[in-house]
Amino acid sequence: MDIQEYFSLVFSDYTLRTITLGTAILGAVTGMLGSFAVLRKQSLLGDAISHAALPGIAIAFLITGTKDSNMLLLGALVSGLIGTFWIRGIIKKTHLKSDTALGLILSLFFGFGMLLLTFIQKQPNANQAGLDKYLFGQAATLVESDVWLMAIVTSICLLVMLVFWKEFKILLFDADYTKTLGFNTKFIDILITSFIVIAIVIGLQTVGVVLMSAMLLAPAAAARQWTNSLAIMVFLAALFGAFSGVFGTAISASQNNLSTGPVIVLVAAVFVIFSFVFSPSRGLLFKQIRFIKNRRDLQLHKTLAFMYNIAETHDDISHPHAIKILNNFQGFTRGTLQKLVKRDYVTLTGNMWNLTEEGFKMASNLYNQQSNNNE
Amino acid sequence: MNEKIAVKVDDLTVAYNYKPVLWDIDLEIPESVLMAIVGPNGAGKSTLIKSILGILKPIAGSVSIYGKPYEKQRSLVAYVPQKGSVDWDFPTTALDVVMMGTYGSLGWIKRPRQKEKKAALEALEKVGMLSFKNRQISQLSGGQQQRIFLARALVQNASIYFMDEPFQGVDATTEIAIINILKELRKAGKTVIVVHHDLQTVPEYFDWVTFLNVKKIATGPVKDIFNDDNLTKTYGINYKVSIQE
Repeated sequence: MDIQEYFSLVFSDYTLRTITLGTAILGAVTGMLGSFAVLRKQSLLGDAISHAALPGIAIAFLITGTKDSNMLLLGALVSGLIGTFWIRGIIKKTHLKSDTALGLILSLFFGFGMLLLTFIQKQPNANQAGLDKYLFGQAATLVESDVWLMAIVTSICLLVMLVFWKEFKILLFDADYTKTLGFNTKFIDILITSFIVIAIVIGLQTVGVVLMSAMLLAPAAAARQWTNSLAIMVFLAALFGAFSGVFGTAISASQNNLSTGPVIVLVAAVFVIFSFVFSPSRGLLFKQIRFIKNRRDLQLHKTLAFMYNIAETHDDISHPHAIKILNNFQGFTRGTLQKLVKRDYVTLTGNMWNLTEEGFKMASNLYNQQSNNNE
Repeated sequence: MNEKIAVKVDDLTVAYNYKPVLWDIDLEIPESVLMAIVGPNGAGKSTLIKSILGILKPIAGSVSIYGKPYEKQRSLVAYVPQKGSVDWDFPTTALDVVMMGTYGSLGWIKRPRQKEKKAALEALEKVGMLSFKNRQISQLSGGQQQRIFLARALVQNASIYFMDEPFQGVDATTEIAIINILKELRKAGKTVIVVHHDLQTVPEYFDWVTFLNVKKIATGPVKDIFNDDNLTKTYGINYKVSIQE
């Protein structure tokens, strides 16, 4: 199947449609909530939470003995939440910094989870195989009920976000100040964190424990490059996330053997790289272009200012001067002179140059203009 | 001088981990003063403000605003945090930040409307930042960011203003603009409490001062207590400051 075939099949084929819808919704909700995680400087929290979910999955399997994904995700949710509260507890009660706390919980829970997985593997139980799909995810196992669950969770997230938009925004920006205004910051904080945990947990089946945090961070990081408005950033992050889901599924479905989770994450990474390079205001490319252009303009203006100082000594501003006196000015080149001529600031006659009326006016306003540009 | 007490602090003790940061602070701040809190680094100046505002939880002690517990008087109090306490690359505009000052009176869920926007624009004008209202906040200079924070507090239309180092990292123009606004506030009967670092400007800017170094050293009118004795007690070295009369 090639990509074209995929897109013609996506509406008719039940399995493809389910998987595509699932990954799209997942991408949207993680992108949305990921914006909050990124802006709170809690990018790594997602990674810790997703890894912390693994023992929960294993324990849920050990207790229930089924592979019912809802049961396993419930286990993931519980252990993810425990991990989150432990992280908060460690940061609050000890001198350890947040990165240490995150790393500690991440490796501790993940190590325990792996231990349980190998233990389960050794059990003489036919049902056991397949739990390790939660490591890297397997979108192909998504069924309609999973997608429904994702859709419901996403709707609730969206609703809560819209209702508490103002509270979310002010807490993200300035938590202490929010407290002084009388808001219960703990409640808002727990609300945001819980939703991040839930979003991670519903994505485990598709993307897996190891790569899940990329689903949170990549769309948000890409979206931040394009806008200075929180609302647009959240919207764009959801959009990028959804597209990553769809394209990732398309690519993996059309290249039979590719695992969906990693492909989705790679597509999201392409969004990030593209945004880092090509965003008009924050992107590397345009920053560099602006930088070079500014330098050239400055060079040009400095040359013009130098000429202005010479011309000023004469009553007639367009009195001609020899080109070679310009050699006294460091940074002068033939090129800059040509550019000044092109802009009608200077005229050349033989070996002599003279300022035009316009060039004189420009030069006398240069400093003012510079400061205006900086405003 | 009006004898009404705006802020009263009783036996306030605050500790991070084991070491007390503030020890048994008793403080009465009369209404309509412009007060500086001075003291060396680690003296607990910011901590004092944050504990009064309930951002930090004290081990012991109580705070009252106009005779009632702070929790009931929040609407009378506005806070200007240290500029460095937030991420200025946050995706929002100057106007949006100032609007946050209205969130307290709006309460949960309700969105700011035209009335709130008008108040925010007025506050922006007062601090001379109206033309920057749509500017992304990372593109503002340090002084402009400080003015935005001040405007956000002004929108709250409070009676008591707590400010944490509003002059830190701002240029002379902004410093003068800010102090003029603070003096206006005092004239209008408001009480302004400022964590301040520059001892030279204390007599010029403030009429009330509190010396703090974990314990309260002294508090009162600048002209009575801003002297070498108290400075030495607070800073621990033989501090000489020449006060221009």
